[in-house]
Amino acid sequence: MHRKKKTVAMLLAGGQGSRLGVLTAEKAKPAVTYGGKYRIIDFPLSNCTFSGIDTVGVLTQYLPLELNTYIGTGSPWDLDTMTGGAYVLPPFSGGGESGEWYSGTANAIYQNMGFIEQFDPDFLLVLSGDHIYKMNYKWMITAHQEKGADATIAVIPVDLSEASRFGIMNTDEDMRIIEFEEKPEHPKNNLASMGVYLFSWKVIRKHLIEDAENPASDNDFGKNIIPAMLAAGEKLYAYEFGGYWKDVGTIQSLWEANMELLTDSPPINLYDEPWRIFSRNPNVPPHVVDADARVKGSLICEGCEIFGTVENSVLSTGVIVEKGATVCDSIVMADTRICEDARVDMAIIDEEAVIGKGAVIGKANDPGQEEKEIAVIGRGVEVAPGDKVLPGTEVRHDS
Amino acid sequence: MIRDAFGIIYAAEEVPNLRELIDLRTIAALPIGGKYRAIDFPLSNMVNSDIRSVGVIVSRNYNSLMDHLGSGKEWDLSRKSDGLFILTPFARRENPGVYRGEVEALRSSIDFLRKTRHEYCVLAGASSIFSLTYDEMMRFHIDNGADITALYQRVPSGDQAEGQNNEVFLDVSKEGRVQGIEIDPVSTTLTARSLKSYIVRRDTLIYLIDDCYSKGEYRFHENLLRNNLSRLKIMGFEHKGYVGVLRSVPAYFDINMDMLDPTVREELFSSNNLIYTKTKDSVPAKYTQAADVKQSLIANECIIEGTVENAVLFRNVHVGHGSKIKNSIILAGSVVGEGAELEYVILDKDVSIRPGSRLVGTRNYPVVIRKGAMV
Repeated sequence: MHRKKKTVAMLLAGGQGSRLGVLTAEKAKPAVTYGGKYRIIDFPLSNCTFSGIDTVGVLTQYLPLELNTYIGTGSPWDLDTMTGGAYVLPPFSGGGESGEWYSGTANAIYQNMGFIEQFDPDFLLVLSGDHIYKMNYKWMITAHQEKGADATIAVIPVDLSEASRFGIMNTDEDMRIIEFEEKPEHPKNNLASMGVYLFSWKVIRKHLIEDAENPASDNDFGKNIIPAMLAAGEKLYAYEFGGYWKDVGTIQSLWEANMELLTDSPPINLYDEPWRIFSRNPNVPPHVVDADARVKGSLICEGCEIFGTVENSVLSTGVIVEKGATVCDSIVMADTRICEDARVDMAIIDEEAVIGKGAVIGKANDPGQEEKEIAVIGRGVEVAPGDKVLPGTEVRHDS
Repeated sequence: MIRDAFGIIYAAEEVPNLRELIDLRTIAALPIGGKYRAIDFPLSNMVNSDIRSVGVIVSRNYNSLMDHLGSGKEWDLSRKSDGLFILTPFARRENPGVYRGEVEALRSSIDFLRKTRHEYCVLAGASSIFSLTYDEMMRFHIDNGADITALYQRVPSGDQAEGQNNEVFLDVSKEGRVQGIEIDPVSTTLTARSLKSYIVRRDTLIYLIDDCYSKGEYRFHENLLRNNLSRLKIMGFEHKGYVGVLRSVPAYFDINMDMLDPTVREELFSSNNLIYTKTKDSVPAKYTQAADVKQSLIANECIIEGTVENAVLFRNVHVGHGSKIKNSIILAGSVVGEGAELEYVILDKDVSIRPGSRLVGTRNYPVVIRKGAMV
């Protein structure tokens, strides 16, 4: 028997992240690397730990293997407590019924109601594994209780010009949500949903069941549940978040978010002592910089060996940059090798790739150009010596 | 491993030549190679040899060692049965808690030795830094019908260090039998330096400890081994990879620098013998535009805004703008202020160097700044 929990978090980690192209060809988006040593999912998981939420269900569906292995018992995030834990919840086939994939975000929660009920929670926190942010959910829960809300949705002000890319909350002066518009053409407001929802369990439970019984529904929180709650007159409030929040759902935004870490004072503080972003830490020696190497304006992880030049780049664990090779304005993920005299500029190179001797990747093909699109090399790809990969192209591992 | 074994690490060695570095910690807790502590090497060697039960004998200043080892989880030694056992001094009538030698320390841990159900004991110290698995040595031990097998390293003739360093040299015959032992020899022709790691049957070890102790003899090499050279079959097994011996401050300096050598790194950190340590959730190292780093080993969470050449930087070291660090070792959490210059310096943990200061030591006598000092 589980102990009662005030709040149970459910992390939607099933997103395919198709706009990340080849980077999510073999893994789900929350497992994508950010900032050298982190995975996107480290952020919501660490947030849970620091917000005192120790019971986290992680809903996986799309290519879950890597994510399941990564999460394990949740010990890297200190979630392997006596009564809590990180629970990986894949779609399953229930008593007598045929197995079902999660048809939508709300359906994923609906199918795991049994899991949630074990803890008899007061609140259900629904998170997504797609964003980089540090947030204390405790404050949001306090706001929810103070307002006597049925649902509280975290929002962040965005530029009105960009508002049409987001789910926008139209609120009254008291921040009560009067209307929700998913990617409106003509936004009336600039408060965008962060994909962080807090519900009173009893209320959302009822709506999840009603939604599941409606065959016309897409079983999606934004599209169906929130409008249905509004229509039923439930009390929905927006909770404004003032910190850094970044959707890293596209190649461009992932690249930008990494580059922001290289500035003198990055918009997100990863050095915050009481609010460490936890991660699985590899067992490798510190990185080595050779006598002829040159490293500037970069973030370098343990296990790297640098013999060439690295500028304005983020290198994950165990990356090798051989003699004469240059890496500039790029992101190189774990255990990739950049061979002698290869030139990499404006590129994202996934794990375990090999950039052959003298190969030229991205903007390095045409250094004169000002604006260039990012070249992306998939996991395990071997670029042949001397080959060229032009800006904006994507190379996939064909096997 | 081909035989069921448990491990004992003697973490209470006294090496006075390490000066300030061991004032506040035992040698086993000495930070090494940017993110490790000395004990990570013997401990990982054992774990990588499928040893699942390890006792660590400590005697004084073991606070930082306990903090480092915790429950042994990082070495996969936090288990329901077996695992990590910290064998602290147990003051009793005949033993006030200060050991007169390794034998007395082992004797005070005799309950651990008696209780364990494993057949063989692998003994190791913490002052020799090397990486191996004990499988081959165990096979050698069994094949030769040895009572005790000693691990040693060949050092070039003339390279035997002089002075009171607790160095043990073995006279190993062609057949591999240990015929003689010299401790801190003034000058010697022996080239087999003991790595202070042994394989011995548990019951033999218990007998030898009791036997030694009953005669009022407390030292492992001087008494337990040397007295039994003819009575027992003591064999020598050579380790061919890199060995660093923590015998003095310059040696400590060199071992850290050796890790910049790709061959040494391969021999110490190869993927089939990983060295485990207490990991921290630290941010990757950050280089600003002003950074200029050559020939250095840099741990996570360092922020580098200055010049670093031929240095080892442990975790969370801040190299201020315009500062110059050369031939130095900077332990975790230290801050080198703007424009400061360091050469042949070892900064212990959490040291602050004020902006513009200049500290210069020599290769044979590096300046050592104590933990937490402001200079």
